Amino acid sequence: MMARRLLTVLLSVLVMAMGATVFAQSSETVTLEFAQWWAPELPEGEFRALMDDFEAQNPGIEVELLSGPYSATRSQIIAGAATGTLADVVGLDGAWVNDLVQQGALASLSQLMSAADYDDAALAAQIRLGGDTYMIPVVNFVYPLFLNLDLLEQAGIDAGPSTRSEFADAARAVTNPDANVYGWVLPLSMQQPNGVQNDVMSWVWANGGSMLDDGQADLVGNEQVRSAMEFIKGLYDEGVIAPGVFSMREQDKVEEFTNERVGMMISSLAHINLIRDRNPDLRFGISALPAVEGNTGARGLPYASWGIGVSGDSENQAEAWKLVEFLMSQEANSRLSSIANAFPGNVDATPDFVTTDDLFADAFEVFQDGYLANEFVGLPVAETLMRQFGEPLQRYLDGDLSLEAFLADAQAAWEEELE
Amino acid sequence: MSDSVVVSPSPLSPRGMRWRTRLTPYVFLLPALLLFAALSVVPIVTVIYYSTMDNVVITRDAPSFIGLGNYVELLTSSVFLQATMNTVILASVSVVGHFILGLGFAMLLDSPFVGPMAKAVFRVIYILPWVFTASIIAILWRLLLSPNGVVNYALSATGIASGGPIEWLGSTELALPSVVFINIWAGYPFYMVSFLAGLQGIPASLYEAAKIDGANALQLTWHITLPQLRPIIISLAILDFIWTTHQFTLVWMTTAGGPIRASEVLSTFTYKAAFSSNEFALASAAAVVILVMSVIIGVFYVRSQQQASA
Repeated sequence: MMARRLLTVLLSVLVMAMGATVFAQSSETVTLEFAQWWAPELPEGEFRALMDDFEAQNPGIEVELLSGPYSATRSQIIAGAATGTLADVVGLDGAWVNDLVQQGALASLSQLMSAADYDDAALAAQIRLGGDTYMIPVVNFVYPLFLNLDLLEQAGIDAGPSTRSEFADAARAVTNPDANVYGWVLPLSMQQPNGVQNDVMSWVWANGGSMLDDGQADLVGNEQVRSAMEFIKGLYDEGVIAPGVFSMREQDKVEEFTNERVGMMISSLAHINLIRDRNPDLRFGISALPAVEGNTGARGLPYASWGIGVSGDSENQAEAWKLVEFLMSQEANSRLSSIANAFPGNVDATPDFVTTDDLFADAFEVFQDGYLANEFVGLPVAETLMRQFGEPLQRYLDGDLSLEAFLADAQAAWEEELE
Repeated sequence: MSDSVVVSPSPLSPRGMRWRTRLTPYVFLLPALLLFAALSVVPIVTVIYYSTMDNVVITRDAPSFIGLGNYVELLTSSVFLQATMNTVILASVSVVGHFILGLGFAMLLDSPFVGPMAKAVFRVIYILPWVFTASIIAILWRLLLSPNGVVNYALSATGIASGGPIEWLGSTELALPSVVFINIWAGYPFYMVSFLAGLQGIPASLYEAAKIDGANALQLTWHITLPQLRPIIISLAILDFIWTTHQFTLVWMTTAGGPIRASEVLSTFTYKAAFSSNEFALASAAAVVILVMSVIIGVFYVRSQQQASA
């Protein structure tokens, strides 16, 4: 008797569930899954509010945010790509794109743009592979030169350096080992090898150079790379770089600058608020990365992005593109870049802080005068490539390898990965 | 009317009863066996399978069988061989360091010359490193050993070191010794606690008899304390060696295997292969090598346990 009752209840629940499903399907609401690490890094509720606006503008489309820390999102996306369960829309780092495209996990945004008749003129950058776009940087965190104005003024330097020799002069003038103060800071820990990208290769890009030739390694015989490495080695040998280079990570670098132990550092604009919080009395400024004397061309500016892509397996690619289009629109992009303290991926968008904060205004000027340059974006196993360059670079700085041997080592390792 | 119990005859035949008796223990074991299979056997077999394939996890293309190809690549890689050597150095020196510090502090705490209050205080102080997680220990020592850290300041203030700060974690010569030192500091309390328990179990009459025979402190330690602690020493040393070969967090968060692979160990090598280079098959092969090393040492452990219980 009891069993019969239980069975009746179960069947009723089943019928109700089926009815609800049919009803839900009949209302034709599409739910987009959006995996990203952005929401936890923004003020609470701000990103959800942006999604609510999208939903209001696009009836019939709902967005379910799958939010987690950066590293967890990366693991989730790698696993999802391997198993074919990737979210409809994914937040991307440029360093992941190549591997995901090789897996067939990302849809071609070029095709989605064509299908939607979208004009891409307003996009500041697109990450292309084989002629197709797979990632669009939504907001960008650029890496200009930070200057400790007090230390520079005490050393008799009144203006930020615009050439490499001015930079070297300023670094020498600031350095005072007895007071534990140095001119520049260079993080080369291989735990986070992004120092190779942000603090080393940025010198090449700032001078309009490249580390690649047609997508392949171009280190040996590359005068731009050679001169940048010789410049860094010169600074290292002169002792104007803060000690602990080989075990220093990005956060240690910011800590050294914040604690007024270094005069200059290359770092993300995202760190401005952190530095202000930790040391409100620190007077610091922003300038473009120096280039070689006589180079008056536009300066390449290293950057990291919050990129966006669409899953190749998504059944709702048209709706997913609408979300991408919304985030890249002038209004939404301005709003997102304002709350993220980042620069917009839409060239027409202007974040609020540019008009309210002098330091960001300076940085925005640097950003607009130059161009975004990060050749590691879109390369396969980008982090491994950075390590493969960073390890012989450490040996070169240590005097264990000649410049030729260092570049030959890195070239051989890169060729193996990029072949 | 007296209470009566009606016993109905079992529906099972004698043969069925026999099978039921035989199977009953296995039914009780089944949940544990299923858990063991899901949590240990399946992952281990999967990793061994991956180690013989190419192109696994990261791609949807069917992986191809390459037999021992990954193992050949590993064994001909100078980086892997250096990582293996560094792992052996880290584990061996750590075991010796843990033993010396652990026994020294345990004997100090067991000494009749130290009062109970002092013993309680020192017990708390000595056990502190064991309370911290590996990540806290790594952060702590990174701060202490940084060029601007307390250690360099103390060395320079006392005039012991001159000519600029020492890069404990950033120089190729000092990175591995520094990591070994940190690992010894982090792990000795486990030895100390175990030895202290062992020391308290040694009969005082043994020491008294030896003293009557004229034995000095060194002879007491060599002929009574160490032989009495022998089973504990062997067990701890073997377990510690296995645990240290698996040490990842401490190495990763202090040096990440650098600079220039100077402190690369098998765990950091495996991590980089899997999560930086996306070479999951190669990483699986490295994991299998670590597994084999652990199993070999584990066999010694089991044997020592059997001898102890025999």
